[in-house]
Amino acid sequence: MEIRNQVKMSIQSLSENVGIARITAAAFAAQLDFTLNEIEEIKVAISEAISNAVIHAYGHPDGIIEFTMNLYDDKVEYIITDIGKGIEDINLARQPSYSTDPERMGLGFVFMESFMDELDILSKQGQGTTVMMAKKFQSNVAH
Amino acid sequence: MNISTLLRQGVLTVRVEGELDMHVADEFRQVVDNAIDSYGVKNLILNLQGVSFIDSSGLGVILGRYKRINPAGGRILATDVQPQVAKIFELSGLLKIMKIYETESHALECL
Ligand SMILES: Nc1ncnc2c1ncn2[C@@H]1O[C@H](COP(=O)(O)OP(=O)(O)O)[C@@H](O)[C@H]1O
Ligand SMILES: [Mg+2]
Repeated sequence: MEIRNQVKMSIQSLSENVGIARITAAAFAAQLDFTLNEIEEIKVAISEAISNAVIHAYGHPDGIIEFTMNLYDDKVEYIITDIGKGIEDINLARQPSYSTDPERMGLGFVFMESFMDELDILSKQGQGTTVMMAKKFQSNVAH
Repeated sequence: MNISTLLRQGVLTVRVEGELDMHVADEFRQVVDNAIDSYGVKNLILNLQGVSFIDSSGLGVILGRYKRINPAGGRILATDVQPQVAKIFELSGLLKIMKIYETESHALECL
């Protein structure tokens, strides 16, 4: 399907930028008539993905996160790429409560999965991670 | 983010304003821990009226404070929770350890 609009950002791996990324993602999603509730869900999913890149992929402020937003007729898609540490076992990482950091909740991927309609994770240890997620727009018009 | 702490009837009340994500998590944790230590309190009321956003980093700080005060029988009571934040609490399972009350006075009555 055809991309209607695209925005790309290069984000430095600083915690300040997590809020900037999710606000931008919300503004981008507002091109489709998502409900406020759906926009809130997108904000949480983006916050989780960007936080993961900042915390787990890099853990220092010199990393770059590539953030691409694609708008389609019926969905919005977000692609978050880092060239950081990578994930050893993606299936394990997606399990509720699984975290490599004992101080953390292990709910990032759980939230991404519950709040988005599509979630794909590609990762290679030592090379980085790409998280792709999309939310479908359900038109309220009765057919 | 804005945080204020006050002691009322032996209960620590923390009022938070802003978006509870990883950017503010450290400060949030430090302010609450300092208040718990300096007042030597058991229970914590968390007024979240001004919190419009929370993600798993924010949840982690709340759960961490619960783990600190719970060994002495302490509890966390959340009040004035906005619906989108309540939804995240529910989905995370945090409501098993932290109940939500309408207002600070409702929460105080239940302690
Ligand atoms: N971008 C990433 N780079 C490297 N590791 C990651 C990345 N994203 C997630 N992970 C790994 O997957 C685990 C689970 O992630 P998540 O569900 O967000 O939980 P949490 O962030 O609380 O640990 C993390 O603990 C980390 O080990
Ligand atoms: Mg995470």
